[in-house]
Amino acid sequence: MKFGIVTFPGSNCDYDAYQAVVEKLGEDATFLWHKDHDLHESDVIVLPGGFSYGDYLRAGAIARFSPVMQDVIGFAKRGGPVLAICNGFQIACEAGLLPGALLRNTSLKFVCETVRLRIETTDTMFTNRYERGAVLRVPIAHGDGRYTADDATLDKLEGEGRVVFRYLGGPGDADEWWSPNGSMRSIAGIVNDAGNVLGMMPHPERAVDPLLGSEDGLGIFESMLARVTA
Amino acid sequence: MTQRQQQLNAVTPRSGDPAITPALIAEHGLTNDEYQRLLDMLGREPTFTELGIVSALWSEHCSYKHSRPLLKTLPTKAPFVLQGPGENAGVISIGDGLAVAFKIESHNHPSAVEPYQGAATGVGGILRDVFTMGARPIAMLNSLRFGSLDSPRVRYLFAGVVKGIGDYGNCVGIPTVAGEVAFDPAYEGNPIVNAMCVGLLHEDELIRAVAEGVGNPIIAVGARTGRDGIHGASFASEDLSAQSEAKRPRVQVGDPFTEKLLLEASLELIRSGAIVAIQDMGAAGLTSSSAEMAARGDVGVTIDTTRVPVREEGMTPYEILLSESQERMLVVAKRGREDEVASILAKWDLTAAVIGEVIAEPVYRVTEGDRVVAEFPGIRLVTDCPTYTPDARESDEAVRLRSQNVNAIAERPEERDPAWTLEQLLSSPNIAAKTWVHRQYDTTVRTNTVIGPGGDAAVVRVRGTHRALALKTDCNGRYVYLDPRIGAQIAVCEAARNVACTGGRPMAITNNLNFGNPRRPEVYFQLREATRGMAEACNALGTPVTGGNVSLYNENPSGAVYPTPVIGMVGLIESLDHITRAHFETEGDSIVLLGEPTSELGASEYLARIHGVVGGAPPACDLDAERALIDALLEAIQGGLIHSAHDCSDGGLAVALAECCVMNREVQLGARIDLSHWREIPTRALLFGEAQGRVVVSTSMPDTVATIARKHRVPARVIGSVGAVGDPVQITTSSGRINTPLATLDEAYHETISRIMSTPVAGNI
Repeated sequence: MKFGIVTFPGSNCDYDAYQAVVEKLGEDATFLWHKDHDLHESDVIVLPGGFSYGDYLRAGAIARFSPVMQDVIGFAKRGGPVLAICNGFQIACEAGLLPGALLRNTSLKFVCETVRLRIETTDTMFTNRYERGAVLRVPIAHGDGRYTADDATLDKLEGEGRVVFRYLGGPGDADEWWSPNGSMRSIAGIVNDAGNVLGMMPHPERAVDPLLGSEDGLGIFESMLARVTA
Repeated sequence: MTQRQQQLNAVTPRSGDPAITPALIAEHGLTNDEYQRLLDMLGREPTFTELGIVSALWSEHCSYKHSRPLLKTLPTKAPFVLQGPGENAGVISIGDGLAVAFKIESHNHPSAVEPYQGAATGVGGILRDVFTMGARPIAMLNSLRFGSLDSPRVRYLFAGVVKGIGDYGNCVGIPTVAGEVAFDPAYEGNPIVNAMCVGLLHEDELIRAVAEGVGNPIIAVGARTGRDGIHGASFASEDLSAQSEAKRPRVQVGDPFTEKLLLEASLELIRSGAIVAIQDMGAAGLTSSSAEMAARGDVGVTIDTTRVPVREEGMTPYEILLSESQERMLVVAKRGREDEVASILAKWDLTAAVIGEVIAEPVYRVTEGDRVVAEFPGIRLVTDCPTYTPDARESDEAVRLRSQNVNAIAERPEERDPAWTLEQLLSSPNIAAKTWVHRQYDTTVRTNTVIGPGGDAAVVRVRGTHRALALKTDCNGRYVYLDPRIGAQIAVCEAARNVACTGGRPMAITNNLNFGNPRRPEVYFQLREATRGMAEACNALGTPVTGGNVSLYNENPSGAVYPTPVIGMVGLIESLDHITRAHFETEGDSIVLLGEPTSELGASEYLARIHGVVGGAPPACDLDAERALIDALLEAIQGGLIHSAHDCSDGGLAVALAECCVMNREVQLGARIDLSHWREIPTRALLFGEAQGRVVVSTSMPDTVATIARKHRVPARVIGSVGAVGDPVQITTSSGRINTPLATLDEAYHETISRIMSTPVAGNI
């Protein structure tokens, strides 16, 4: 199976995603250059983290117009699996692949730490290898991660089981919903209505090696493998 | 007339340029002697453009004129050193054909007036210094000093600097893995902002910034040149004053996105083989980059300012040459391969323009179209800068403070319960966890960070090998103030101890000498003695200095900052299995103290925090003992005996033990400690004195550890055992006992800085 990893000029997690796929998953990966209209016959597209075109205007606002995104949008509309991480999630929202928007963190500060995520549904091609309610430890690192949408959209997402991850328990309080960035309803990741585009602020590609503290993110890649090759 | 004289004579003042007057010369920071040197070199009066060029190149920041004679006394060689001082960054070999490029640099003055951009552009500059060696940056570190957090201005500077460092490094995608932050009124108005970058390269891809090859084109790459930052290098070479705020426009504005493009493009250019040399247009911009590359290659260069891409119209050669607009590089390409260079730059949407060429004639020439506006005889422009060895005399104040009998200071009534003192120290902003800071840095991007900020040293694995790097910045300015020689020795040793605690063998250092005005005898004394102490420690530990930065004139109207020679150390961890953390992690482990407590109390955080006293002599530093300690510790770690290792430093043994219990919020274990063996040592010195050469380790095999320690003649004693989750921290001495719940220590250690920063304070920033 071939993972196509998009490289915008300001992408900085593209290589990490590549390593996760090639080293840990043992699958093929290729970089997709932002100026090209060529997805290299990839089976899965990864929109990685970073600062696509600097993101001085609004994260992802320019990236959605890039040549490669026109092809990615078409791929997604045909049902192709897209994993949109961090800046990728912001771009996917800007491109209309996912509802809502990622606004500046309520703290107005960049936040980097390892958070706990709860698996809200295993009925997606990205989470079928997990147990429902399982708690993952995964790093976050972003300045604009506050998931925001109107109530109707949020209700719909919840009603259709499209909230995939929630932030769980801040320091000192394990039971309360909590989010490090002010996300509405503690949402950390969602899928589109067809279920083939996952957007998430946490970085699963940074959680694939026990040496670095967690391999809880690997299951997302393995789930896609199970689904796509099935 | 010879051809050369004709050309020199051809230099004529531009219409509109100011006349050269004594006032203009003084404004450019040149002394009478230096101006005379310039006249002698040129054989005529300089033009305004030439005066500007010399003012920048002969500034302290570019020329190191007060520090060069001292820097020459530092050890710089070892078999593994591939590149020592004098290049953009130092480079050491780590085996398997891999090498590490690293360097530290200051951005103190810009950060004092514009903290966000000042700090951000400091990160940008040091990144460029590393990737222009052909290395991919893999980690950033920093070393920061501010005044007291009680001041609203200090909070503004602190918050701005941290955000600036974070936003820049985060966007480029280089993890900030370690740093140190300290607060002391001595830094009020003149913060210290040092950034260090570490990069990884293949030895055969090492490139040096040496211009060569007559006829090779010189290319300006990256951002266009604007009027920002003109004379930044000179600004950095004078005392900060009430007027400094007016120089805010001299601070450049950073663009990390362009930096990311430059990083990728530069590495591609270097790997393509189409270029000869590449250098950042950093301090003194185009002037210093072109003059330095020419001087290193002992060739001439000619540059036409009309061909430099500019941001605004009407810029003069003077402005173009001295602009410090960020994210610009100067490249010497191979003649005939310009198209290859252009296509790589086009891929990354970067502009490039040929602005000059390497020439055989030994001159540094600047033209504006056909008109020669500046011309110097070859490398003399760089080498003719004078060096100074000013008078040195220790200040009476330092002598008086050092000889103070601090053991006679009466204890405060609250100290009857040493748990109170411990809590006070853990909540000192100098000791408390800096999570508020490093939560704003991306510490995990590039997926190599094994130990991030908050550990003894950062640990970054080297992908594709079974090894890792241990990285650390260190300096206790209070020690250096009270005894510059000993203080600098301790800075090196503590960095080395921290590196060893994580399992790394200390390899080499980069240094950042932050001092006051060297023309004051007491400051030059500090600089001279600190350099001496640093050299002694580096020789003893076998860690050469591969480069660094000198930042002088760190003064504000009330005097100089503490002398702060920051050490940036790189160590090598031979196997990932050796990586060791600082916190206790296994209940029932024996806790062993390597090294010995003493009665020393001088220069301690205890005196500063509890008694408001900066005084007494800093603890003694026994270089042989430090080396033996590192050897013993590494042998024990490599033997698989050590579960955790933590250096004893600020706050002494009690603070180190408490940190071992609470520093990792995911694993907090209590401990039961007995120090009653040392009944001759006064309790407060035993608990809070900062005797050097000590490490707290936890192990399940204390006897074997003790045997190894004995072999290296390092004192070792079992002082207690690790408790369970929820157990208190108990420390028994011959005069009493500390018995404190983990939660109390956790709160003091982890919540202090965020609490301070979220509490409003009135006053002007």
